[in-house]
Formats: sequence, structure tokens, C-alpha cells
Amino acid sequence: MPLITCRNVSLQYESTVVVEDVSFAVEEGDYLCIVGENGTGKSTLLKGLLGLLPLRGGEISFSGMERREIGYLPQQTPVQRDFPASVFEVVLSGTLGRMGRSPFYSREAKCAARENMARLGVDKLAKRSYRDLSGGQQQRVLLARALCATKKLLILDEPVAGLDPLVTSELYALIRKLNREGLTVLMVTHDLSGVLKDANKLLHLDKTVRFFGTPAAYLDTRAGQRMAGGGSNAGVS
Amino acid sequence: MLAFLNALTSYTFLSRALIVGVLVALCAALLGVSLVLKRYSMIGDGLSHVGFGALAVALALGVTLMAFAIPVVVLAAFLLLRISENNKIKGDAAIALIASSALAIGVIVTSLSGGMNADINSYLFGSILAMSEGDVYLSVGLSVVVLVLYLLFYHRLFAVTFDETFARATGTRAGLYNMLLAILTAVTVVVGMRMMGALLISSLVIFPALTSMRVCRSYRGVMVCSAVLSVVCFVVGLAASYLVGTPTGATVVVVNLVSFLLFAAVGRLRKLVN
Ligand SMILES: Nc1ncnc2c1ncn2[C@@H]1O[C@H](COP(=O)(O)OP(=O)(O)OP(=O)(O)O)[C@@H](O)[C@H]1O
Ligand SMILES: [Mg+2]
Repeated sequence: MPLITCRNVSLQYESTVVVEDVSFAVEEGDYLCIVGENGTGKSTLLKGLLGLLPLRGGEISFSGMERREIGYLPQQTPVQRDFPASVFEVVLSGTLGRMGRSPFYSREAKCAARENMARLGVDKLAKRSYRDLSGGQQQRVLLARALCATKKLLILDEPVAGLDPLVTSELYALIRKLNREGLTVLMVTHDLSGVLKDANKLLHLDKTVRFFGTPAAYLDTRAGQRMAGGGSNAGVS
Repeated sequence: MLAFLNALTSYTFLSRALIVGVLVALCAALLGVSLVLKRYSMIGDGLSHVGFGALAVALALGVTLMAFAIPVVVLAAFLLLRISENNKIKGDAAIALIASSALAIGVIVTSLSGGMNADINSYLFGSILAMSEGDVYLSVGLSVVVLVLYLLFYHRLFAVTFDETFARATGTRAGLYNMLLAILTAVTVVVGMRMMGALLISSLVIFPALTSMRVCRSYRGVMVCSAVLSVVCFVVGLAASYLVGTPTGATVVVVNLVSFLLFAAVGRLRKLVN
């Protein structure tokens, strides 16, 4: 039984259909990469998976986990630049989905938050203000927050956008490590060459599914060659 | 200061104002942090104008003020929230329209019912003499309810304020908490309005949060700092207004302004030093 199954999923904003008839399955332990040009519905598909947008048609089913147990890293979080919050407060808020009816965080929640900060190497920043961090540090903090929300599935929407090459490859290494530790990873990215070695599945989205299969098979298609060649790190393939 | 303490024990209107004022200042400060960070400051302002309209109508009809004003303002809170969520672009314009319309209706109703001059002044700018004993009990009760609810949902409100998308993705019902915020604000505005004045109450919501954001770096720091600051500013303002003979609401606002400028200067200095 796959972890996530999407059958003929369609999504819309107001009355424009943005994603149409998308079907795919994600197995436990997969590293699925979603690629596609700007505005082709990648983020929208993730919103459908997360239940942030009602389905227009089709169905999405989860097995062995609940939808709210997804660890989500949004694309360019719309957090304001002057928001006062310490790193610990931000990471801790990832455990919210697990606290049930209790109004306060449990001791386990706090432990989990500390553990995940250590896992991502941001434990030294715990007391710092989130707004004072660099872009790469902020992404790590948000990734730690996502880890607090899940034990199984990470959904990442362009996690490396705007990061320099060094920080980017560090973040990829972290994600690879998490995947090896057993987490299923579902990631939207424009940087195909950076993840081709890590991913075991690839979905090319252009409103509907253009390609779904292994990265190696994708590179043999015309679309695949164009995406890989058109990327900023051309030639790495 | 001693004169103020003496007066406090001998005049019940002063001690009533102090009790209710401190509680309202506390509620307003806490809610204000969320409102400012969520960019909902306009809602607080809009609600106070609606509150004025409701107050005027209640007086004209001869019904109990709070019993009438609170449901009306809570209803307005629902409406304003919807407006500001649905069409982000014209939301603030719509709120301004509703606010000024409510104000206009309030003014007309007051003048038609005969009590134009003295009364209207006290509604718009507040009056320390406005509290009856019943008002005090009701205000204390409501403020305590607001405080308890806010503290119970503190972490969820933080999550929804910091990143609504993520909060919703992990199963937090963001709409519910936005509504809670609007309703608590509505109640606080109505409770504080008689004393602070319809035109000045929203500053009690906004000032402490903005002031503490100048220097504090964590969310909890901002909350604690706002709460303390708000209460201190209120007490200082009340004392000053009694001693100098200025209107209470306006004096409290000016004290808040001074503390804002102080904190802003400290924040700047700290940035320069680092
Ligand atoms: N909230 C919204 N309301 C209406 N239309 C939207 C909304 N969000 C996105 N769209 C539209 O839906 C389409 C798909 O958007 P989406 O954000 O899913 O693209 P994307 O593949 O993630 O693009 P990018 O690579 O730029 O992030 C776009 O045409 C966009 O204009
Ligand atoms: Mg996107």
C-alpha cells in the first residue's frame, strides 16, 4: 500500500482549473521530486495534498499516516520581516498538530523540538530571533519545525530558492540524510541537477502529469533534457 | 503621587477606573500583539467606531449599554474579518467605510436624542466618571474571560499568527482562531471604550505591541513586555490625568506615545552599538 495515492486529482482557484487529472503514488521511503515551469501548479498540487485547498475532483488517500502528520516547508513563507519570535518558539510550533486539546506544549514536544534543532544544526541559535537569521539558517529552522510535525513525510516547496550554492548543497545533504533515515521526501524544485542523484522518482507537472517515473528515464525524454540543460547548473548530469 | 493614592482610597470612581483600566489595558496589550503582527490593526480601529455607534443607539433606545453594544460589535468583528480576509486589496478601504459610517450614525442618533454636547464628548474621548458599579462587575468579568481564553489559546494563536499556512497544514483551524481574536478584541474594545473613548481605545491595543517590538526579540518577550508596559502606562496616565486635570483617555495615549519614543530610541541605539 503506497503512503500517498493521488487519483485523477484536479484543483482550482475560483473557477480557473490549475491542476487537472493528476495521478501518482508515493511509497514509504521515496524521494520524489516535482519539477515544472513557473505557474504550472506545483505549489497548488502540494496545497491539495496538505488539504489547504479543496479538491475539485479525484481523490487523495494516505495510508499509515494522517494528513496532519505531514511536515511542510512552504515556498517563501510569508512571514513578515519584523516578526519577533525566537528560533525555539518557531520550531516548537511545529508540534502543535500533536498536542490535541491541551493548551500547552508537553515535555515531549519540547524534547522533540530540541532534538530536531540539533539534527539540523540550529540548536545554538535557539534563543536568537528568527528575523535576524540568514536565509539558509531560516530554512533550516523551518525544516526543523517541519520535522517536529512529522515522523514520516516531508513536503518541501522549493527549499533552496534564493540560497547560495554552498548552503544549497548543505541543505540537500541534510535532506538526503533525513531520507536515508527513513523519511519520505516530496520536493518541488527548479534545480534539477542538484537532486537528480538523490531522488528515486520524478514528476514533471504542467497542469497535468507530463512525466512520472525514475529520474534516469526522465533524462531520456525531450522534456527531461530541456529541463536539465536549461537549469543554472547545466552540465552536471 | 501620594495625593493620587489618597484620592484612590477616598473616591470610588477613581478606584473603579483603576481596576477596570488595568484589566482592559492587559487584555488590549495581549490582543494587540497578535493584531499588529497579523496586520489586523485596522480591525481594532474599525471596531471602536462601530462601538461608538452602538453606544449611541443603545442610549437612545434606553437599553443596557454593554448588553447592546457587545453583540453589535462582535457581529461587526465577524464582518470586518471576512472583509479583510476575502479581498486583501480593498479590505482596509471597506473597513474605513464601515467605521466612518458607524461613527456618523452614532453622531446623528445622539444629536436627535437630544444629548449632543456633553455626552458626545464623553463617548468619543472617554470619561472616567462613566462607570457604574454594575459596569465594573461586568467589565471585570469580561476582561477575566478574555485573559483566560487568550492564555489558553496562546500557542495556537502564535502559530496562526506566525505562519497561517503551516498551522493549517498541521491541522490547526486557523479560521476559528482568527475569529476568536476578533471576538476577544470586540469585547475588549467595548469594555474599554467608556473610559478611554471610542476614538482613543484602539491606541491601547496598538501602542504597547509596537513599543515592545522595538526592543524584544522573542514572541513571549514581546507579550510580557507589552502587558507590563500597558499597565504601567495606564496607571501613570490615570494618575497624571487626575493630578493635572487632563482627560484620562488622552493622557494615557500620550504616556504610551512617550514610552514608544523611548523604546524606539533604545532600539536604534542598540542597533548602532551592535
Ligand atoms: N491564491 C491564488 N489564487 C488564484 N490563482 C492562483 C493562486 N495561487 C496560484 N494561482 C495561479 O495558479 C497557477 C499555478 O500556481 P502555482 O503557485 O501552483 O505554480 P507553481 O508551479 O508553484 O509556480 P512557481 O514555480 O512559480 O512556484 C498560476 O497560474 C497562478 O497564477
Ligand atoms: Mg510554487
